[in-house]
Amino acid sequence: MSARDNILRRLRAAPQGQTPLPPDVGAFHAALAAAAPVGTRASRIELFCEKMTFWHGEVVRVTRNNWPQKLRELCAARGIRSLLYGAQGEHARALEAAGIDGLKPYDRPVDEWKKELFEDTDAGLTSTRGGIAETGTLIIWPDAAEPRLLSLVPPIHFALLDGDRLYDTLFQAISEQQWSDGMPTNALLVSGPSKTADIQVTLAYGAHGPKELIVLLLVNEEEQA
Amino acid sequence: MSAQPLNFVPASEFKQRAAVAVADEHLRKSFRGAMDFLINKRAAQFPDPEALEGQRSLAEHIRKYSLARLPDLLEQLERKLTANGVKVHWAENAHEACAIIIGIAQRHSTRLMVKGKSMVSEEVELNHAMADVGIEALESDMGEYIVQLDGEKPSHIIMPAIHKTKEQIARLFAAKVPGASYTDSVDELIGIGRAVLREKFMTAEVGMSGVNFAVAETGTLCLVENEGNGRMCTTVPDVHIAITGIEKVVEKLEHVPPLFGLLTRSATGQAITTYFNMISGPRQPGEKDGPREVHLVLVDNGRTQAYSDQQMRATLQCIRCGACMNHCPVYTRIGGHAYGTTYPGPIGEIISPHMMGLAATHVLPTASTLCGACGEVCPVRIPIPELLVRLRGEAQHEARPGHPPMVGQGAARSRLVDAIWSGWMALYTRPKLYRAFGWLATRLRVLTPPMQGGWTVSRTPMKPAAKTLHELMAARKRGR
Repeated sequence: MSARDNILRRLRAAPQGQTPLPPDVGAFHAALAAAAPVGTRASRIELFCEKMTFWHGEVVRVTRNNWPQKLRELCAARGIRSLLYGAQGEHARALEAAGIDGLKPYDRPVDEWKKELFEDTDAGLTSTRGGIAETGTLIIWPDAAEPRLLSLVPPIHFALLDGDRLYDTLFQAISEQQWSDGMPTNALLVSGPSKTADIQVTLAYGAHGPKELIVLLLVNEEEQA
Repeated sequence: MSAQPLNFVPASEFKQRAAVAVADEHLRKSFRGAMDFLINKRAAQFPDPEALEGQRSLAEHIRKYSLARLPDLLEQLERKLTANGVKVHWAENAHEACAIIIGIAQRHSTRLMVKGKSMVSEEVELNHAMADVGIEALESDMGEYIVQLDGEKPSHIIMPAIHKTKEQIARLFAAKVPGASYTDSVDELIGIGRAVLREKFMTAEVGMSGVNFAVAETGTLCLVENEGNGRMCTTVPDVHIAITGIEKVVEKLEHVPPLFGLLTRSATGQAITTYFNMISGPRQPGEKDGPREVHLVLVDNGRTQAYSDQQMRATLQCIRCGACMNHCPVYTRIGGHAYGTTYPGPIGEIISPHMMGLAATHVLPTASTLCGACGEVCPVRIPIPELLVRLRGEAQHEARPGHPPMVGQGAARSRLVDAIWSGWMALYTRPKLYRAFGWLATRLRVLTPPMQGGWTVSRTPMKPAAKTLHELMAARKRGR
């Protein structure tokens, strides 16, 4: 008998009471939502910004037209010498047209340039699949165009978030985007730059991942102020 | 199940260690301060008690439902993960788990393995097993890195280096990290750890991690962390090995948010952690990074014993938040090391007997005042105090009819205690004998010794009253 068979046999041999009904997480959230004021686009944006700032993430409101220029200014102000991006990503063309110094495509397997990625890359830019207002969280699904390490290894992470894709809760994002239909090899929730409180419960930022997280939040002209 | 417990923890040693820890003012101050901090942070996350009870009910329901369907869900998880390209392994005990991981590491000629935080890897003593075959297993969570550098073990499941001050860590780094000079700035200390470990992420052939939730419907392994070392370990090396207890599986992705939300709020008082990392497969053709191989090792190590008893099964509801230890008056005074087990505090007292047998651990369930705080704060409502009482009993008597004996059943049974209880029963079931005993005890009270063994170490001696209660009541009746 294999370990697998033995373990499963012991589990199946255990006395079984009545199996509880499947938990209804949807009904739980529906009841909460019914009791709370209805979330609006404006309230979601407000809450997201507040929470993301609490996590030490910086939120910069931008528009569809001006974000590449804003990004260029942010990079220049921080003295960023190299900005890594996905060359096949949905925002690549706009980015390339902005004239940002040191733009560097993530266009080959990491194994070929690991040292350069770790030691000589100042910042990375990723798109996002949405955000969660309740907790100030980005939803990132890395893929072939925007690989996993783009949001992890460079000390500064820029993330482009569409204000139209803010959800109230994680549960809402999972169900409305139908994640259970198929998950990517890696999916991430990111709330702020990396941190630790392992030394004397003193909070320090920049543990192993990015030291700074800057969210470029795409909003309408009138929401920008 | 392992016949031979891996780390035998004699009861006498627990008591000695506890005595030493209680006398260590510095240690008590560290723990008191840290636990107060965590207690307050958690409380701030749950301002509305009614809402909290609603969340706990849902989380408890999800865990109970998942456990009720555990064998089916494990098979579904295995099917899904296999279809996603993840290799699933099963280990009945610590030895098998280590052998599987060593086998994978050796196939890849591994010299260095970087590890994200995993309590199950501590439970199976993986680092020792790896060292024995000449593979360095390096902890990369800052707290775990610090305790490993000092040759210690974690003293808390969420905050492994909570027993150390920054000055101690500063001296440790200056002595043990090549090129590091003394600094007691926390930012600079973290900077030193960051620099050392980034180099290691880059060069390690294998990365290890634990698992917080395994989702059966999609074949997804979820990891909760703040530092990013977990993402490094699971993304940069060519091979990722995840290790987890068999109880961590849930059926659906939508079952995760309620548990995740309670886990981080209960553990550190955070509404969410920096990263929630969901891994469903290795690097696909065209993808430019991520491990080429992903393995999952499912570990039993005594969990099926807890599962086979309907009351003790609740032990497996645990999501490892550590709130029970943060709120435990005993843990706060003696710290995590005194227990001598991987999992300290109340959860350790109820899970360790299944992992290591009652012979090694029967003293642990007695390390509680039964104040009930652990049960009150548990986000998945494990009735920890009831389970402590149950285990105290199992250590003292044979298995009850209809219950299979636990490993080490009745291990704490002693003739003296048995004789005392038999005597007690004889007295208390025979009224005449009881009255005669009472009369004699009150009349001979002058003979009570001033030193009464363990009782008088920190208490005044017990002495019978001058008259029995029966006599006092009779006198009162006469006087009326």
